[in-house]
Amino acid sequence: MDFLSLFVIVPFLTVVGIVFCKDFKQVRLTAAIGMTIQLGLAVALIFMYLAERKAGNMAEMLFMADYVWFPSLNIRYAIGVDGISVAMIGLTAVVVITGILASWEVQHLSREFFISLILLATGVFGFFITIDLFSMFLFYELAVIPMYLLIGLWGTGPKEYSAMKLTLMLMGGSALLLVGIFGLYFNSNPDGGQLTFHILEISKVHIDPMAQRFFFPFTFVGFGVLGAMFPLHTWSPDGHSSAPTAVSMLHAGVLMKLGGYGCFRVAIFLMPDAAHELGWIFLILTTISVVYGAFGAIQQKDLKYINAYSSVSHCGLVLFAILMMNKTSMNGAILQMISHGLMTALFFALIGMIYGRTHTRLINEMGGLMKIIPFLGVVYVIAGLASLGLPGLSGFVAEMTIFIGSFQHTDTFHRVCTIVATSSIVITAVYILRVVGILLMGPIKNKEFENLGDAKWFERLSLGTLVVVIASIGLAPLWLSNMINDSLVPIIEKLTMNL
Amino acid sequence: MVTFSNIVKYAWLVPLLPFAGFLIIIFFSRLLKGKSSGIIASALISLSFLISLLMFFAQSDSAVKSITLNIFSWLDVGALKIPFELLIDPLSLNMMLIVSGVGLLIHVFSIGYMLHDERFNTFFAYMNLFSASMLLLVMGANYLILFMGWEGVGLCSYLLIGFWFKNDLYNLAARKAFVMNRIGDLGFILGIILLFFTFRTLNFSGVFAQLSAFTPNNSTIVIITLLLLVGALGKSAQIPLFTWLPDAMAGPTPVSALIHAATMVTAGIYLIARSSLLFNLAPFTLDIILAIGLITALFAATIGIYQNDIKKVLAYSTVSQLGYMFIALGLGVYSSAIFHLTTHAFFKALLFLGAGSIIHALSGEQDIRKMGGLKKKLPITFLTFLIATLAISGFPPFSGFFSKDEILMAAFARNPLIYVLGLFGALMTCFYMFRLLFLVFYNQFRGTPEQESHIHESPALISVPLIILAILSVVGGFLNFPEIFGGKAAQANFLSVSLTNYASNAGHMAVSTEWILMAVSVLFLLFIVAFAYNRFIKQKMLPAGDEIPLAFIPKLLSNKYYVDELYNWLIVMPYTALSEKVFPKMELNIIDKTVNSFGEYTMWLGEKVRRIQAGNISFYVFAMVTGVIFFIIINLYF
Repeated sequence: MDFLSLFVIVPFLTVVGIVFCKDFKQVRLTAAIGMTIQLGLAVALIFMYLAERKAGNMAEMLFMADYVWFPSLNIRYAIGVDGISVAMIGLTAVVVITGILASWEVQHLSREFFISLILLATGVFGFFITIDLFSMFLFYELAVIPMYLLIGLWGTGPKEYSAMKLTLMLMGGSALLLVGIFGLYFNSNPDGGQLTFHILEISKVHIDPMAQRFFFPFTFVGFGVLGAMFPLHTWSPDGHSSAPTAVSMLHAGVLMKLGGYGCFRVAIFLMPDAAHELGWIFLILTTISVVYGAFGAIQQKDLKYINAYSSVSHCGLVLFAILMMNKTSMNGAILQMISHGLMTALFFALIGMIYGRTHTRLINEMGGLMKIIPFLGVVYVIAGLASLGLPGLSGFVAEMTIFIGSFQHTDTFHRVCTIVATSSIVITAVYILRVVGILLMGPIKNKEFENLGDAKWFERLSLGTLVVVIASIGLAPLWLSNMINDSLVPIIEKLTMNL
Repeated sequence: MVTFSNIVKYAWLVPLLPFAGFLIIIFFSRLLKGKSSGIIASALISLSFLISLLMFFAQSDSAVKSITLNIFSWLDVGALKIPFELLIDPLSLNMMLIVSGVGLLIHVFSIGYMLHDERFNTFFAYMNLFSASMLLLVMGANYLILFMGWEGVGLCSYLLIGFWFKNDLYNLAARKAFVMNRIGDLGFILGIILLFFTFRTLNFSGVFAQLSAFTPNNSTIVIITLLLLVGALGKSAQIPLFTWLPDAMAGPTPVSALIHAATMVTAGIYLIARSSLLFNLAPFTLDIILAIGLITALFAATIGIYQNDIKKVLAYSTVSQLGYMFIALGLGVYSSAIFHLTTHAFFKALLFLGAGSIIHALSGEQDIRKMGGLKKKLPITFLTFLIATLAISGFPPFSGFFSKDEILMAAFARNPLIYVLGLFGALMTCFYMFRLLFLVFYNQFRGTPEQESHIHESPALISVPLIILAILSVVGGFLNFPEIFGGKAAQANFLSVSLTNYASNAGHMAVSTEWILMAVSVLFLLFIVAFAYNRFIKQKMLPAGDEIPLAFIPKLLSNKYYVDELYNWLIVMPYTALSEKVFPKMELNIIDKTVNSFGEYTMWLGEKVRRIQAGNISFYVFAMVTGVIFFIIINLYF
């Protein structure tokens, strides 16, 4: 048995275990145990990866395994990881376990809830370990479908509308994606012979530039929908605001990262010519995303909407940095994915906890909460500071790397985009401080809230874990960026080789 | 044997100790009762001060004046390598001593001042975090580490301005401070990005070593310096980014003393002085700095004359004094800027702490119209406040005289007009400071009888820091005792390792001219004091109450030239309109509508197509026959 497959098997076994549980206490305990093991595996994977690299194993992908699944079409379950996917797996494991802790008191249909949640996680983990486009696509769909149920059943507000909108828009994206993937497949062997979905094999081939030009937009937009690229982002605010806490966390924290990761690993890595030629169109769109999302967050009244628009802005920055296509900016993009994943999970966890107490998410109905629930208040401020890029927290490392990397382009177009994107730091400060001011500071507005209880142990554990990871990345980003750096080498080589 | 190179190995403790204090106080807040958190915070900052002092003495014996200490590699991405390095050289030592020394006094003062506040522990945690960030700012060996400290102090400033967060106005003041600084930071970040692009490094030494390849007023250098200047304008509250500082007085008074007078607001001056070699290559930027400094110094001084809140007067005076430091920077005499920064740290911290002592004694009253006659009741406060007033007004031999005189002399050497304007500003400073002094301490008490019965001199924890700062305000001038009095300009020589004054200002003027100018300025000052004495003590004139309408100019000045209103109209309103009006239109009416209409259109199409399959057999037959005919035709013709 290969090590990587455990990342799919453990969640699967957890799901099986949950089926046999008697009550919701057993269910949540099983889920927590399963996902803690998963976190342990992720940490082990990081160490194993670093050890391999230290031992001088410079292969593009490590821990590879390959099982032919559908021989006639050469569809395979091929797995392998590089530093980037290891980092993403680590992120996913952290967000999943904190998400489970944040839903510790979900009692309504808890069995079905946790099963769907862990199935979603399975899809995400599977997505990050595979290097076969077809399996990747399957895992992607596996992650999207439970989302529909989770929002539709356990959500709040106009949940049916939101669930439908989210699922249909993402499905629309995956339809485009499927076209892109088949395009790659049918062009994967120009000399005639066995066609392949295997990413590494395709990357060795120089795909016909005409085909690249045709299929690149499909792939990029397909993944871009998931990365909330303007103007295909509207599923995100509605979806997030209706979703239950853990789902928002997983969705914004991890699932949206599939978009960035896919754009990077599939669209740009496999079709570099088209990326160079057509990148500017998407660069404009992502620059708009960055500023537009931030503007959107300023006037929102619902906490979740604020964070959803802020995610549009931050995820826009991920795609923006990927399209800058140099080592520094791409490294920044991966750091931004991880940083944003952690801090948005933190935000959504907090919002869920605040909502659980006050039963409202409208900031104007709250006020002075810092006095009543200081722990949640302080963590909210920390999350806000990470979001506005304060040094010492993860956001700063990512943003600084992205901006410095992007500015290495000497042409006016890229520079203007960079300056526009950089200016978003001011807008971010405005909306973050606005919320902090209204929500936490000031006099206590609502007398009913005076006796709210502060965070419980599982909530503290969940929030504390995220804060510690965010701060440690911010203070000592070197090991993480090194891990990413190694893996960027082949990608950058390929990008410049085809120039 | 403590040698410089040995002790520098422990330099990392200087910022780390207060940071540890922050963590200790935050995590063990529940266990810390009474004054204990204040004592911990003060103890840790005093250790930082001791280490800085040891380094200072060890350095004066050493031949090596500047050492870079590599702590760890912070980031290494592609071309971007950022080591976490500290630079210990005369400039950073000078700043470290100010930050930890004045910081220590203010910490001690705060133990007495904040004792009855329910968030006493949090206050000291923030103060320690501030000290740590500020020390990091002045010790960083590259622009990114400097920037980390820069943002850290901005955060602490935000937290401490809004310390009493139950008041919404204070929160707004805090937010305004942060956002305005952020606008400056945007310039700073772009400057850093361009620096990296140009020099491939962000280390001070690495950047400066490559400067020989550039000619003066090289466009890249000019742009970089302008961008850095934008950052400095925000932090040091210069036109046009100054309006946050007066509002920042919402914070507790020790905060105003430490952050908004002695240390953080001087970060912009530090940044430019640190980059002196870079700015020397951009005379264009230096001229802009000079103009901004001059305008700010005069502009803020005129506003100061018409303020009635004791802290607001001091706040505008800070803006004005920072303007003088910018004048010095603009003239290229960086060492004079740092000299004035140092003396200003002493006397302005003293003024703010004195104001704190007064406010404390009057149970929170800040309006000078409701004070008066406090001379007898608060003797220590009065005496120290008097010394600080003499120092800031520039009377010899108090410290402010020497530092301001140095700047004015340099101005005279450049252009007598600048000197005249600078002197005019100094006279206004003298006027509003003596106005403050006379209104607060002389004549009769004008508050309520209840307040009067409570007036008491503050305890030793408060008065001892006042006395020490008063001594420093008197002798501070001898740090850089000028050559004309037989001094050696010790500080300027000390700093010369780190700072390179702009060459074209080297020209010395005749000694006689210098004596005449000094005599003239002192004469004018005496005249102003006499004028203020006549007005406020003899005639007992009081500033008018808020209900009495003012004439045009006083109204303009007491409303701060309506700059806040102008910004509101120019920036805030369009910004709000964009996010509240334009954004929803775009999002809901265009994008979302398109998305939804996709769904609606599909439904509509389904509805239409559904009719075809409604079970009508004759239609099915018709469709089948049509289809068959269609295919036959296609087969026949193609």
